[in-house]
Amino acid sequence: MSKVTLREIAHARAGDKGNISSISVWAYDPKHYPAMKAQCTEDWAAQAFGRLLEGSVKRYTLDHLHGLNFVFTNALEGGVNGSLNLDGHGKSFSYILLGQEIDASE
Amino acid sequence: MTVRIGTGAGFSSDRLDPALKLIEEGNLDYIIFECVGERTLAFGHRDRMADPAKGYNKQLEIRMRAVLPLAVKHGVKIITNMGVANPSMAAERTVAVARSLGIEGLKVAFIEGDDVSNLIGPNTEIPEINGVVKDVRKPVVGANAYIGADALLPALAAGADVIITGRCADPSLFLAPLRHHYGWESDDWSRMGAGTLVGHLMECGMQITGGYFADPGRKDVLDLVHCGYPIAEVESDGSAVITKLDSAGGLVDTRTVKEQMLYEVHDPERYLTPDVTADFSHTHIDQEAPNRVRIAEATGREWPELLKVTLAFDGGVLAEGGVSYAGPGASSRARLAAQVVETRMREIHGLQEKIRCDLIGVQSLLATAKAGVGPDSEDVRLHVGMRTENQESAEMLLWEVESLLCCGPAGGGGFRGQIQASVHTESTYIARENVPTKFQMLTT
Repeated sequence: MSKVTLREIAHARAGDKGNISSISVWAYDPKHYPAMKAQCTEDWAAQAFGRLLEGSVKRYTLDHLHGLNFVFTNALEGGVNGSLNLDGHGKSFSYILLGQEIDASE
Repeated sequence: MTVRIGTGAGFSSDRLDPALKLIEEGNLDYIIFECVGERTLAFGHRDRMADPAKGYNKQLEIRMRAVLPLAVKHGVKIITNMGVANPSMAAERTVAVARSLGIEGLKVAFIEGDDVSNLIGPNTEIPEINGVVKDVRKPVVGANAYIGADALLPALAAGADVIITGRCADPSLFLAPLRHHYGWESDDWSRMGAGTLVGHLMECGMQITGGYFADPGRKDVLDLVHCGYPIAEVESDGSAVITKLDSAGGLVDTRTVKEQMLYEVHDPERYLTPDVTADFSHTHIDQEAPNRVRIAEATGREWPELLKVTLAFDGGVLAEGGVSYAGPGASSRARLAAQVVETRMREIHGLQEKIRCDLIGVQSLLATAKAGVGPDSEDVRLHVGMRTENQESAEMLLWEVESLLCCGPAGGGGFRGQIQASVHTESTYIARENVPTKFQMLTT
């Protein structure tokens, strides 16, 4: 077992459309991608978002680029025009995922 | 020969100085200023309702005054959606600026047709809320269809030096000059997809050259202060190199390109624009040289039959106030202050609106996601936010927060408060044949 925060092995970017948050997560090193793909599931992402997520999560995979794309519906507290969160776009939410621990052993 | 396209703005308040540098040193054919989002469009409509001569980008005149002389000198054509909710007035203002600078013979085109307010009624459907316009219970201030590259081609063919649109889809601003230059047909779906990827990568400006990316120790970016806007060198098959000026700061590598490729994208196989159903799922992204990334193999399928429409509503106001606490016990005092404000707003003033209290320094942005309470801090700011349609309620919130200075927990200081206009947006869809566009040319 070698537990690391996802930020140690991956980078991410968050985007928003209305009340939908999308976050892409990319392995720095292809060798970590299989562990990410196995552990960073839709359930994992839903758990990380906690009460933020009032909808569902869909994950898309880009194997040849070693990336995962998570789409969270009803996850921005109303979106930038309705949210009372200081970060109504959810720009900071990529770090919710990057702050999670995963087992990075090969 | 490739077509060289630069980005001069990736959002309404983006920087100007790197755009000027790019025009001077970038050997560009086109520079694109992308300045419209759902919010900016809604605010544009509000501005236009208050003053029919407004509703275009607030920095339009400042930008044009600086950009036009350089663009004319270096033979760079300008394409922008800075018209926002009032493209014709934006074009008139641009012509006035050009004349005041003594620029003669400049051809400024503006595109209209995206404003579809006359097609929207109380029973227009809004799929995302499973309802209709009247269910939103707010006044509609505007409705714009996303128009595509087709709308810009006649103006390009007529030799426009500057093209100003309203709600043109962001990637279409880049796809249009590619179609014009290479003669790509609108149903050449593969090239429409490839050109749309170029546009999508470029449309957010510095988000592909190191902006929205730096994370010291993990993702270092050289000289973020002088970060440059991107350049796309696009081939006739739609493949391209994304790069930046050597003399500018920033970073273009496979990581910045990958992050931007899926920015605001849901299904990578189905990115919908007015021009195409683009497919980014097989894109090749390769580092060709430092700060030069080659992209290839993006493709596409037939365009969506329906165009997306942004519906803008008056959203009342957003009131925000804050007070800070420091030293031992700061977190407890800030928590008590939050409780006092919220209880008084309900019990004494009878307000029903949702109120959010954040403890900045303890837990704020991620408060909803993270269960439990963050660690105590000795430097905490209570931030209180509320949306309301009632100006007096907004003012009451600020009054209550400010009153904490004398009536609240010990040692509270540094009150600031502000009330801002707020907008609300929803989306609907409309058949593309109901959205004819046209251009007009003004000449200095």
